[in-house]
Amino acid sequence: MIEIKNLHKSFGNHIILNDCNLTIHEGETKVIIGRSGTGKSVLLKNIIGILRPDSGSIKINGVEVTTLNEREYNKIRMLMGMVFQGGALFDSMNVGENVSFVLNEFMKLDKKAIQAKVERCLGMVGLSGIEKMMPSELSGGMRKRVSLARVLCMEPRIIFYDEPTTGVDPITSDVINNLIIDLRHKLKVTSIVVTHDINSAYKVADHIVMLYLGHILAEGTPQEIRDTQHPVVRQFIKGEAKGPITENENLIFGYTD
Amino acid sequence: MIGYLLTFFRSTISRLILYIGELSILGGQAVYLACVPPFKWSRVLVQAQRIGPGSFFISALIAFFIGVIMALQMAYQMTKLSAEIYIPNVIAVSLTRELAPVLTALIVAGRIGAGITAELGSMAVTEQIEALKAFAVNPVKYLVVPRFLGLILMLPVLTIFADLIGIVGGFAICTTKLYISPALYITMIADSLEIRDVVTGLLKTISFGAIIALVGCHHGLNVRSGAEGVGRATTISVVSSFILIIMTDCLFTTLFYFIFNT
Repeated sequence: MIEIKNLHKSFGNHIILNDCNLTIHEGETKVIIGRSGTGKSVLLKNIIGILRPDSGSIKINGVEVTTLNEREYNKIRMLMGMVFQGGALFDSMNVGENVSFVLNEFMKLDKKAIQAKVERCLGMVGLSGIEKMMPSELSGGMRKRVSLARVLCMEPRIIFYDEPTTGVDPITSDVINNLIIDLRHKLKVTSIVVTHDINSAYKVADHIVMLYLGHILAEGTPQEIRDTQHPVVRQFIKGEAKGPITENENLIFGYTD
Repeated sequence: MIGYLLTFFRSTISRLILYIGELSILGGQAVYLACVPPFKWSRVLVQAQRIGPGSFFISALIAFFIGVIMALQMAYQMTKLSAEIYIPNVIAVSLTRELAPVLTALIVAGRIGAGITAELGSMAVTEQIEALKAFAVNPVKYLVVPRFLGLILMLPVLTIFADLIGIVGGFAICTTKLYISPALYITMIADSLEIRDVVTGLLKTISFGAIIALVGCHHGLNVRSGAEGVGRATTISVVSSFILIIMTDCLFTTLFYFIFNT
């Protein structure tokens, strides 16, 4: 379980997270939605420890991680895996080496065992037989799936997905959504998905939360979010240019009725 | 005007101190992490191979031509004094103590230092550095330490070859144009060179290697904005390496001259 309480994070004078509170239960898939630049990815990076919060508390399985040093945090990180927005595959390595990265770094397994595990993880994301390909030869969707296979190789208990369906075609997007659901059922992992793809959120989420102005504005099941009367949430999920979110923004509308 | 210059001077000095401080912290981390297990020597070997054999031809070529140029420039003055016989001495001493270490370091800074910044910079903008952290891998241990060790190991090796090839360049001119016999050239080189000449030159190259690695990695790891940021960081990295190499060379030369009288 992940418990976030009163989390604050700013870069210079720019406040990103402001008194953010969130609880993610074990085995749950929680989707965080919100506009670009609202701090969704920053929230994930604070949980995984790539960024450190200015104040507040993050507890992972009951351990307060904000006060841990890097060595202690690394033990917690071994329970978590993150699928980055662009895949973040190591471009000097081929797909097989990328997927087996953690095994090569931390585990003393023989080559055959590593190869078998790589094959299994690539098979789980539907990309068998591409071990020798370089990341530059892959499409955007394939990169994300290889990135997911690399995470699966760690056998994590928590998986973070940063915009998993952004920049891919609708069919690949649905393949990725199905993978997230499938992994949750098969591996019983806790998943946190950051996205602004509402259809994806409805499909994969147990609960959806909306991040707005640095804090959690609304939380509910996909159906509750779909039926919400909150004007900010409604504007976002309907994808309307006019509304409370954009009332102070100088948007240039190309055509108005 | 004077006030403006003072302010400019003060801010430049404080930025320089801050910059050297940041490099020193990175250097401290690299040295510490190089001594802490796990040791992945294969990564150091990969970098050493990239730095050494990869830079050998260009540094050898430059060293050869420097030897030739030095012999010709010396000949212009020395023939007037009928002192051509001392040209091999000047070539040997100035090459081993100064020219070969500095020029090799500048070539490697341009070739390898720029490559390090561009590589790490593109890793930073494509979230690969963050991915390393997410996988509980320390980016300094994984990326900086192999490059740091590779450079401080390979730069002295490249410099030794540059010393030898520069002397061969001088040999080519002295024995063909200046009528110094090959045996005499070799005798004059052997008589004039002392072990400390070579050692002081090599000692400098260790610190030059550290400078190239740390400056290259520091700028690469701190790239924040896309392709433009990578390009800008690469340029700054090369210029900074050049300046720091020359400053360090001046410091070492002063130190050796005044303190150790060498």
